[in-house]
Amino acid sequence: MNITFRNETFRDDYTFRNSPGAIRRFPFPFHEDKYMYSVNMEPHVPAGPDGHAYNKPIDVDEHYLAEMDDRAKVLKEDPLRYQALPHMMAAQWDTLELLMEAQAAGYPGHFTLEKNGDQWRWINRPMGIDQAFTFGDASTLPMEPLEFITRQAQGDFVIVDQRDGQLWCDAGMVTTQADWSLDFDIGMNFHEWHGPVPLAHEIGVFDRALKFLLNLQQGKPVRRLNWTMTINPRLDTSPENYHKWGPDRATVTPENVGDKVHLRCELQSLWRLPRSNAILFVIRCYLIKMEELVTVPKWARRFHRVLRGLPPELVDYKGLTRYRPTTVEWLSKFDDGLPTSPGIYPE
Amino acid sequence: MLVAGIKSRPVYGGLNIDRHAMRHLFALEGEGALAVLDQVKAVGPDFLKHADILYAASGSKDQEHDRKLAALGADTFWLAPTIPVLLNRLNVMLGQAHMGAHIHLAGTEGFIGQAQQVAMNHGVDPASLHTEHRGSTARRVQCVHCKGITDNVTTSPYACSACGLSLLVRDHYSRRLGAFQGVCIDAEEPGSAPKPEELFP
Repeated sequence: MNITFRNETFRDDYTFRNSPGAIRRFPFPFHEDKYMYSVNMEPHVPAGPDGHAYNKPIDVDEHYLAEMDDRAKVLKEDPLRYQALPHMMAAQWDTLELLMEAQAAGYPGHFTLEKNGDQWRWINRPMGIDQAFTFGDASTLPMEPLEFITRQAQGDFVIVDQRDGQLWCDAGMVTTQADWSLDFDIGMNFHEWHGPVPLAHEIGVFDRALKFLLNLQQGKPVRRLNWTMTINPRLDTSPENYHKWGPDRATVTPENVGDKVHLRCELQSLWRLPRSNAILFVIRCYLIKMEELVTVPKWARRFHRVLRGLPPELVDYKGLTRYRPTTVEWLSKFDDGLPTSPGIYPE
Repeated sequence: MLVAGIKSRPVYGGLNIDRHAMRHLFALEGEGALAVLDQVKAVGPDFLKHADILYAASGSKDQEHDRKLAALGADTFWLAPTIPVLLNRLNVMLGQAHMGAHIHLAGTEGFIGQAQQVAMNHGVDPASLHTEHRGSTARRVQCVHCKGITDNVTTSPYACSACGLSLLVRDHYSRRLGAFQGVCIDAEEPGSAPKPEELFP
């Protein structure tokens, strides 16, 4: 079944909305009524009710074209959002192959990949792209392979190299990030680029996650959910542009909470790459307005409870300080105190 | 955004001369001269026969550390007029250096960071560098917004020398850039920046 792509924006007039179907498929990040960091990784296998974001390994949804358009705008303003260190070329081709194969297999009506030895042809119908190229020969593509394919795939992409018992952030396409800078972090190891995250170091989350990831196997991707909140449906909440979107945080009132305040969920999936032995880290961002979220009663109750009980360090780190009280108060109207069922899916 | 107590910054292990190394290359700045003088006291002067010393006095001109370094009798000693000139010579010397040469960097954090960058461009693993922080704790900071770099930042917030925004100095350091990260402190309420506080004297 083909997707009907929405015509919408993630900046200026912010016309982004979720259709009722998109609300039901949202990867809601809380499996219980409270939240703390954990190494919450699970095998990235198809899961969830029909249509859920977990159904396919690389998810394409109704926001595809609008997100790709927003990415192109970000790159035009700031080409440093895409960078790859020179030793990452094999991993770039690995990534191109993985994303083309997954999108073609998952959405044959939209994408086609034809292979004849190293002569490949990629057809992206929604974006009107038909590209023949030689796999492994970067001169046959209009740009580097990682940039080429990640301009056609939703989510941020980071490729981490594995050496010396560490993971190194050595390439990436990062335009929909929750306040971290690829340009600053490129070349850092796993602990360094997570340096600013509070609490998690102390409880050993990063040591355990690193150990886990160093042993990640090909063909057995894993996933986890992470979250934050964003005022207005803005994908590009980069530190580079913080001075432009930061003021939005002071604009939340009891009247506009439902429309302005968004839960921002990251579906992170990690893939061992076959030739380079690097790991592809996909950080796919999903946004949902408070007024959309509360259409699922279980999520309304639970998110109210999670946000109310969040540790102060996390409130500060996630930048929620200014608008959390207003949001908790607004959400309380939708929490009747009834128990919630376990798990993340709607009832 | 305005989190205190973030833990990530380089660890400088201190110069620790291996007397059996075939060659030593020192890049020193300001009070970094004292790191070598202390090593001579600790392990004796023999290593100096196989040592090249590059030195930029920076803010320590009045201390005349250059005279003391020159008097050590190293194989070569060169006094650079400025840090960029020193880094340029370091770059050429690393291109000619032989396997097994030990590289020692000492001085302010901003200087060590820049010299590390030069070494990394020659494929040197930063972990193999010997580094010792001496002198001011002033930081070299990159504005995350305009990417302009400001040297010798002693306060937080500080005004970006390139774009003028008032920046919080985050404890987040990039070896590749040799700089800490500066992030706009009053983005959410423009004009509300607190007074600069001297944090890195």
